[in-house]
Amino acid sequence: MATVFAGDRGSGRLVKKSERNIRSGRDGFKERAAYIGGTSRKSNPQRPVRMAPVVSIQNLTKTYGNGFEALKGIDLEIEEGEILALLGPNGAGKTTLISIVCGLVNPSGGKVLVGGYDVVRDFRQTRAMIGLVPQELTTDMFETVWNTVSFSRGVHGKKPNPELVESVLKDLSLWDKKDNMLRELSGGMKRRVLIAKALAHEPKILFLDEPTAGVDVNLRREMWQVVERLRENGVTIILTTHYIEEAEEIADRVGVINGGKLLLIEEKTALMKKLGRKQLRLELAEPLKNLPVSLSPYNLTLSEDGAALLHEYQGEEGDGSIASLLSMLQAENIHFRDLSTRQSSLEDIFVALVGEQA
Amino acid sequence: MNVEAIKSIYFFEMARMRRTLLQSVISPVITTSLYFIVFGTAIGSRMQAIEGVSYGSFITPGLIMLTLLTQCIGNGSIGIYFPKFTGTIYEILSAPVAMTEILIGYVGAAASKGLIIGLIILATASFFVDISIAHPFVMLTFLVLTAVTFSLFGFIIGIWAKNFEQLNIVPMLVVPPLTFLGGSFYSIDMLPPFWQAVSHFNPVLYLVSGFRWSFYEIADVNPLLSLGMVGLFLAICLSILGWIFHTGYRLRS
Repeated sequence: MATVFAGDRGSGRLVKKSERNIRSGRDGFKERAAYIGGTSRKSNPQRPVRMAPVVSIQNLTKTYGNGFEALKGIDLEIEEGEILALLGPNGAGKTTLISIVCGLVNPSGGKVLVGGYDVVRDFRQTRAMIGLVPQELTTDMFETVWNTVSFSRGVHGKKPNPELVESVLKDLSLWDKKDNMLRELSGGMKRRVLIAKALAHEPKILFLDEPTAGVDVNLRREMWQVVERLRENGVTIILTTHYIEEAEEIADRVGVINGGKLLLIEEKTALMKKLGRKQLRLELAEPLKNLPVSLSPYNLTLSEDGAALLHEYQGEEGDGSIASLLSMLQAENIHFRDLSTRQSSLEDIFVALVGEQA
Repeated sequence: MNVEAIKSIYFFEMARMRRTLLQSVISPVITTSLYFIVFGTAIGSRMQAIEGVSYGSFITPGLIMLTLLTQCIGNGSIGIYFPKFTGTIYEILSAPVAMTEILIGYVGAAASKGLIIGLIILATASFFVDISIAHPFVMLTFLVLTAVTFSLFGFIIGIWAKNFEQLNIVPMLVVPPLTFLGGSFYSIDMLPPFWQAVSHFNPVLYLVSGFRWSFYEIADVNPLLSLGMVGLFLAICLSILGWIFHTGYRLRS
C-alpha cells in the first residue's frame, strides 16, 4: 500500500537546541541554533548536485483587469525535492504567482513549465502533479472530512483509494474526525483538512500559501513536521509566508518578493552568511566608564550602564577579529564574566531588503 | 477525458440532494400536489374539458414543466455558485479538468435531479387525475432536453451571480410568470388575439405546448416548432458557456 508519508513519523529529523527560539529583546537579534549532528541537509552546506528544475518560471507577468500589475517579470527555477520559502509583505505578488502555477489565474505574459509541461497548454499534466493548500480556510461546511478528501482525489482524476485517504488522514491526526462535518472542526483542523485534500491525489509538488497564518504554536510545529516528512518522500514544497521564522526553520532556499518582483533567491544558509551580521556581547566583571583607546580599532560599543561590551562584525570575517579583540581585552586587564553571540535573523535581512526597495 | 473527475463532481452533487431530501424532493412534490388538489380536483371538477381533456389532466404537463424549470435552474445555479461563494472552487479550478468536464458533472447532476423530481410529480399526478401518454419517447425527449437546457441556463446564472439575490432573481421572478402565462393552466386559444400573439414571444409556451402534445396530442403550436425552440435555447446556452469558458469570465481572472 502506498502511503504519502512513509517516513519515520514523529521523530522530526531536526534536532535543535531548546533555546532555539528565545527572542532576545527588541534589537531583532535572535539566539542562533546549531543543528546538532550532520543529519539535516540544511546543516550541510554542500547541497546535492543541482537537478533539472521541476518548476520553471520565465519572465512571468500578470496585470489584473483593473490595471494592477501584480507580477512584473518573475524568473524562478524550483528544484525537485527542495523546500522553497517565498517571503514578502502583503500584496507582494506571492499568491498571484502561486495561483498562476496552479491554474487559478491566467498569466498575462511569460511562461510556466511544471515537469516540462506548460501550465496553460498542458494543464492536465501539470495540475495532476500539483497540490495546493490555499491561504483561506475554504471548506464545504456541510461535508464530512472523509467525503471532501475523497472528492479531492477524484476531481484530480485518480481512482478511489480508501487506504490512501485513510493514511493521509491518520498522518494529519484527522482519522477520528473523518465522519465529522467540516463546520464542526476547529480552525487548526480545517487547515489540516485542506492539507489532506491537497495530498489526496499524491502530488509531486505541494504549494502551501501562508500555511500557518492564524495557527497556534503547537500546530505550527506539527505542520512543519508534516512538511519535513513530505520532503523526505521527495515532494517539492513551495510555501509563502510572512512569518520569517517559518522560512528560517524549514526552507532550503528563500526567495524574497516585493512589488511583483523577485528581489532575491538564495540558499538560506548562504543568505544568512552573506547578509547576516553577528554581534558579540561581553558581560563585564566590572563596569567601565569609557572605552580604552587601544580598543578603538574594533567596532565596539559600551552598553549604557557600562556593564557590557558589544562588538558587531560580519559573519564572514568572524574568527580573526574576535580572537584579537579578546587578547586585547586581556592586555587591558578587562575581565568579563559571560559572553554570547547572536546572528541577525532572516527577519533583519528581509526588512533591510524590502526597505531598500521602497 | 477526466472521467473520474466528472464522476466525482456528479456524485458529490447528487449526495447533496440526498442530504437535503426534504427541501429538494419532498417540498416540490407537496407544492405540486397542492396545485392538483386545488386546480385539478376542487376547481377543475367544475371546469369544462379542454379539447376533450379534463382540466386536471390538462394542467399536468404544465405543472411538471414549472417544477422542472425551477428545479433545474435552481440546482444548476447553486451547484457552481456555492463553491464560488465559499471559495472551495479553487480546488476544481486547480484540478486537471477541462471546463467541459466540470460542466458535465454539475449540469448532469442538476438535470438528473430535475428529471427525478419531474417523474415523481408525474407519478403523484396520476393519483389525482387521469394521465395518458400518447408519445412516451417524445415526452422523455422533451423532459431530458428541457432539463439539460435549463440546468445549463442555471449554470450560467450561477457563474454570473455575485450574490444570493442575483442568484434567485431568475428562478423566483422570471420563471413563474413565464410559466403561468405560457399556457400551463390554459390553452392560449382562450386568450384575445393580441395576447395570443404576445404569448408567442414567451419561450415557455413552446416547452409546455410540445410537452403537452406528447401526452394528449393537443398543442398551441406545432410540436416540431416546440422541439426546434428547445434546440435553439440549448444552442444559445451552449454558446454563452463557450464564451465564458474561453474568456474565463468570473472564474479565472
